Order: sequence, then C-alpha cells, then structure tokens
Amino acid sequence: MTGRRSLALACFGVTLAVALTLGVSLTAEAQPPTPSDNQVNQVASELYCPVCENVPLDVCPTQACAQWRELIREKLAAGWSDAQIKQYFVTQYGDRVLATPPAHGLNWLVYVLPPVAILIGVGILAGVLRSWRREPVPMSDAPAGAEDPYVRQMEEELQRRERGD
Amino acid sequence: MLADLGYFAVAITFAAALYGAGAAAYGAIRRRPAFVESGRRAMLLTWPLITVAALSLIGLLLTRQYQVAYVASVTSDSMPTYLKITSWWGGQQGSLLFWSWLMAGFTTAASLRKWDRDREFLPWVIVITMITLAFFLSLVLFFENPFARLWQTIDGQQVSALFQPVGAVALHPSDGNGLNPLLRHPGMIIHPPMLYLGFVSSVIPYAFAMAALITGRSDDRWIRLTRRWALVAWLFLSLGLILGGRWAYDVLGWGGYWGWDPVEIAAFMPWLTGTAFLHSVMVQEKRGMLKHWNMTLIIMTYSLVIFGTFLTRSGVLSSVHAFAQSSIGPMFFGFISLMLVVSVSLLIRRWRQLGGENELQSFASRETLFLVNNLLFMGIAVICLWGVLFPIISELFTGQKVTVATPFYTTATAPLWVGLLLLMGIAPLSAYGHSTWKTLGRSIWKPLAVSLILLPILIVKSVTNPAALLGYWLVAFVACVTLYEFWRGAQARHQRHGENLWRALNRLVGRNRRRYGGYIIHLGVIVMALGIIGSQMFQQQTQATLAAGEQLTLGPYTMTYDSLAEFNTDDGRQVDRAVVSVFRDGQPVGELHPRRDYYFAAQQPMTIPGVRSSLQDDFYVILVGWEPIASQGATFKVYLNPLINFVWFGGFVFIFGTIIAAWPDPDPQVVRRPVKSGRRALART
Repeated sequence: MTGRRSLALACFGVTLAVALTLGVSLTAEAQPPTPSDNQVNQVASELYCPVCENVPLDVCPTQACAQWRELIREKLAAGWSDAQIKQYFVTQYGDRVLATPPAHGLNWLVYVLPPVAILIGVGILAGVLRSWRREPVPMSDAPAGAEDPYVRQMEEELQRRERGD
Repeated sequence: MLADLGYFAVAITFAAALYGAGAAAYGAIRRRPAFVESGRRAMLLTWPLITVAALSLIGLLLTRQYQVAYVASVTSDSMPTYLKITSWWGGQQGSLLFWSWLMAGFTTAASLRKWDRDREFLPWVIVITMITLAFFLSLVLFFENPFARLWQTIDGQQVSALFQPVGAVALHPSDGNGLNPLLRHPGMIIHPPMLYLGFVSSVIPYAFAMAALITGRSDDRWIRLTRRWALVAWLFLSLGLILGGRWAYDVLGWGGYWGWDPVEIAAFMPWLTGTAFLHSVMVQEKRGMLKHWNMTLIIMTYSLVIFGTFLTRSGVLSSVHAFAQSSIGPMFFGFISLMLVVSVSLLIRRWRQLGGENELQSFASRETLFLVNNLLFMGIAVICLWGVLFPIISELFTGQKVTVATPFYTTATAPLWVGLLLLMGIAPLSAYGHSTWKTLGRSIWKPLAVSLILLPILIVKSVTNPAALLGYWLVAFVACVTLYEFWRGAQARHQRHGENLWRALNRLVGRNRRRYGGYIIHLGVIVMALGIIGSQMFQQQTQATLAAGEQLTLGPYTMTYDSLAEFNTDDGRQVDRAVVSVFRDGQPVGELHPRRDYYFAAQQPMTIPGVRSSLQDDFYVILVGWEPIASQGATFKVYLNPLINFVWFGGFVFIFGTIIAAWPDPDPQVVRRPVKSGRRALART
C-alpha cells in the first residue's frame, strides 16, 4: 500500500514536473521578444509629453518621459496595438498627448478655419483684381508734400539715360 | 546702491519717454514747434538714460550682488564673465530691460536723420516710438523689476522687492542659481539680441506709417524713408530665426532645428508679414498701388512683434491660468488691443486718400503675382497664428488642453510653400504693368526646360517620393530662373560696355542692389529648401543599447561604442561623456563624444550630441542613457540627416543677400543738388 502510494506520488510528481517544464517552456516560446527601442520610439513619436510643452515623447529628455517610454515598451510586450497604447495615454492624460486635436466639438475649428480663411483671401484677391481691371481708380489728389511731378519726370529721364550709357 | 541707481535711471527714462510723447503730440496738434523740439530732446535723452540702467545691471551681474533677486536667479560664481554679461537677457526682467534699451537706441538712431523734407512726420514718430518704449519701461518699472532685492519676511517667506518690506530682513545668498544651462550656448547668446533687434527695428517703419496716416500724406514717402529700416528689421529677424534653429540643433538633442514650437512661431509670424511687406512695398513704389495693403501689413507686423513678446513673456503658452496670474499678461493684452484699435481707426479714416494711382493692366503682371505671393504668406501666417491660439482658446472654453504640433503645420503649410517656390520662379520673369501670359511663357520656357532635366536624373538615382521630386524640381526651377536673370543682366552689360562677365556681374549687382540682393536671397532660400527637403524627408534614425565594443549601423555609417567617462567640472557640472568611433562605408571617419551634462545648481541635464558633419549629411549621435558600470552598456539615439548643412549654408547666402539689398546708398539728398554730378545717385534712388 505504502509502496503503491509512493509510486503514485512519484508518478504524480514526475508528471507535474514534466508538465510544468513543458508549460514554462511553451509559455516562454509564446512570449514575444522585448520590443526594441525603435519600436517604442515609433509609438512615442506620435505622442506628446504630457507635462512638457510641445515635446514629442520619443525625444523628451526628462525622467518622467523615460518612464512613459518604458510603459509603452511594457504595453507593446503585452501585445497592445499602437492605437490601443495611444488611446491609453489619451484616457490617462487627456487629448493633449496627441500631436493634433481629435476632430470633434470645438476642435473642428482647428481644421476648418485655416482653409476657410485662405479661401476668403482668394475671394478677396479675385474681387480686388477684377475691380481694378473693370474700373480704373483715378489718380488720387496730389497730397501736400508729394514729390514734384517735374522732379519725378526728370528722375525717370535720368534713369533712362543711365541705363542707356 | 547700484540697484537703486539702475531703478532710478529706468524711472527717469520712463518719465522722459512719456514727456517726449506728450510734448510732441501737443506741439503737433497746436502747431508749436518748440514743444516738438522739446519732445525730440526728451527722446534723445532716453537712450543715454537707459544705458545707465543697463550698465548698473551689468555691474550687479558682474560683481556677485546676489542680494538682487535677478542676479541670484541668472548668475553664479562658476560662470565665466562673458556669460554673466549675457545673463542680462537670460531672464524675464533683464530681457525686458534689454528690449527697452535696444528700442531707445534704435529710436535715437532713427531720429538722427535729416528731417528737412519730412518735418510733419517727426512729432508722430516720436509719439509712437515713445509710447512703445514707455510701455516696455512700465513693465520693467512696475512689474518685472530686475533691480528688486531679496528679503525674508517675518513669516519666513522669501520675497523680492525694491524697498524693504515691513519687518523683513535682507537676504544675501552666497551663490546664485546660474543661467539656465540651455542658454549657455553661443547660438543662444546671440539669438535673442538678433531677434530683439528685429523686433525693435520693426517699430520704426510702423511709426513712420502711423505718422503718414495721422498727417494724411498718402504718397509713398514713408516707405522710401523706412524701406531700409524694414530690410534691417527683416535681416535681424531672419538671423535670429536661423541662429535659433542652429541652437536647437546643437543643444536640444532631438536631431532637428525647427519644431513648430509656439515660441519659434512667435518670432516667425512677424517675419512672414514682414516678408509679404517687403514684396508688396515694391508694387507701391513702382506702380503706386496697394497703399491700404502695405499699411495693413506694417500694422500687422508691429502687432505681431508685440504679440510675439507677449506670447513668450506672459506665460500664456504654458496655461491660461499662468497668463491670468502673470502681472504683465493683461498689460500686454491691453497694449496690443489699444494699438490695434488706434491703427485700424486711423487707416479707416484715411482709406479714401490711399486710393491706388494705377489700374491693373494684366493678370500676368508682376503686381498680380506679388499679390498672390502676399496671399500665400498671409495664409501661412494665419495657420501659424491659429495653431498657436487654438490651444489657448480650447483651454479657455472647454478647460481641455490640446496640442497643435508639427503634423498640423507641415500638412497645412506645405501647399503654400510649394506655391511660394513656384512664384519665386515665375515672378522674376514677369514685368510690371503690361505683361501677357505669352511674353511670360516666352521667358520661362528655357529655365523650365533645363530644370525638367533634373527629374529623370533623380528617378534614375532612385528618388521616388513624389513630394521630394516636386520639391527638388521646384528648387532646380527657381535656381535656373534666378541664375538666368543674373546671366541675362551680366550678358547685356558685357555686350553694351565690353566689360568682362565677372566685372559686368559685379557692376550689375552693385547698381541694382535691391533687385539682385533679392535674387541672392532667393538663391539662399532654395539652398535652404534643398537642406530642408533632404533632412525632413530622408532623415533616418535608430536607437540601441550597446555594450563596449558593439556596433550599430545606420545608412552608410557604422558606429562602435568605445568607452564612457564620468567626471565633475569646476563650473558645477557632472559630465558623462561617451567615446564612439564612426566609420563610413567601412572607412574610419573619426571619433564622436556625445555627452550628458548635469548642472547641479540648476538641477538640469543637458544633452550635447556628437555630430560628424559633411556636405552630404550629418551623423548625429545622442547619449540617451548608460549603465552604472559603463562598459556594460550605453544607449544611443542616432540620426542620419541628409543635406542638413545646406540649411546653414543657405542661411549664410540668405543673410549675405539681405545685407547687399540693405546696404546704404550715399544720401541722395546731398548729391541731388548739382544735377550734372548727381546723375548716378539719382538713378539709384
């Protein structure tokens, strides 16, 4: 009885050991290699330091940013996608970690205003050019102190002669 | 004692500036020349007076007067003398005094000219410049006083105040904190003065423009009087921007030179409107058109100068709350608003008088193309302004901080830059007034054809990125057009005067400095563009941790990590310095020493890259981290920046061109009288 029991225990022990060894080695094989610095920087370059102003996370020299980069490495190692990591940072630190504001609510103005302003500029320019072509503006009254037309004519003449000599 | 003298000098300068503005305005309105003269003399006093204040501050900085709060915050015993002097503009209070000192100097220089033909401008130029000076002095005097001393109050708090608070005892620290390590770079020592010079010299054309509006002179006299000032302002702004870029590249350790940071953009915006002004002003000079627009541009440039100073000095960029708490933020806001309202009201009042003297004769004329150029510059300025303002607006209305960074600016401005480069190629070949698309096409086809040869060459060299191809073609096109212009001019002189080509080229540039100086600036821009396209589109980077003796490869370069040394220096730094050997295509090209300096007093690290520079590219190595036992490993971030040195080389050409364009002519008023001998001088005016 004791012998059989010991045998059973021994069998169980061996089986467990084999299973554990296999399991561990299998797990080790399944685990991805540690993400490289370049992979980390790839994600970090699309994020901005949550505490400094306008510094991309991949180049920020502060200790805090080094820790955030390590966090990215851990997340990548855990199999998170780039988008998931970005979303994680947004949830933790707000929209300011993104290079450009997400297009919703008031943020739409960021994207809409510059093209609208430029289009208005084009419109004004086209209008001005057309109006100049249609109705020539008469010469404005010579203001007091304006250059004497005679002097101007003389200057032009002299310039012509200078060019001609 | 010295601090009291300095503060007293600022107070007197402030009074002189206010008196100058008041007396000049009174004299002009009541037609009392004696008051105008009195105002002018008060203005001439401001610079010597504020120089006394400046010398007092420099004296304090040099003599370890750490009981003065500013001295304790920006200097320390370990700093060399030259850095103690440049600490004058290394902090908020000192830099405002520096701004005021330069402003007073430029105003004095502008007032020393002959005023015989423009007497009516004088009082109003005094009023505008003295009000601006008084505003900055009021900031120094009442809010950001560099002469305030350190005190310890009864409840143990450390405060800075000029006069002893009740019950407080004076503090005299044995050493100061020292200048921010980032500001100890030669680029950063020269960069702020250049930028400030650009800023303050922009005030002069604005003052003349306002004087023209107030007095109702609608001719282009104010432009003729100030075009050189505008060019000088623009020269300094450009220099400031280029030096700032070089500083960022050398000191900030991220492998780039322009990060679309709000502080950079603050200096860039007046440059943009100033560039638009320098182009459109030519249309007014040649054709008497765009008078309203030039006034608008000069008002914008002045406002953006003050706005840029406001952005960088008020703390508004870090948060709206910092702005609300800062004492000078609301002052700036009020001043900009006041000057804008006054300027725009004056412009509206004179609107009818500023009508154009000529009509547009052709859409292919140079004036049309200059207008399109202005539209593009204004478009970029709007994008920049909006990108800087939006995070502030967002925080104000939603409480949410957002970042508007590089991707926004590059995407939004890229088409406008392309348009500008294209115009740079077309406009020099167009003519004022009558110009048809046909004549334009006739002069363009030769340089266009030559530039197109580049495309197949690039494709053969396996450049396939369409954006890069477009960029390089544009660079080639503008280069062909600009060099063609030089060649045409020199050739014409050669045929007419029998001069050899080199002499003809020299004379051509010498006699048309603005035009050919402008073309040299264009050449500088395209050389810079070459570098920008190369370094932005083809930059490569990698990061790795290497044990001693291990290698890393990037592009044609291989780098071996040799060793790392850690040591302390006399000026209060702990230096960790790596030694790496660099090989290009297997051949050794030298050693680099990327390092990290830690400044104990400021508790701030500074990353100094090791750079191997060549015309082809820069191999730029940053020491990111290291193991306690150095031989075990150190982490390096390495960049390969192709063609980046063209950015700096182009910068030199650019500045050279600006100096040529701005070089003073002999005073035409002196040589004008005898017509016979004045011919040459007249032709130049």
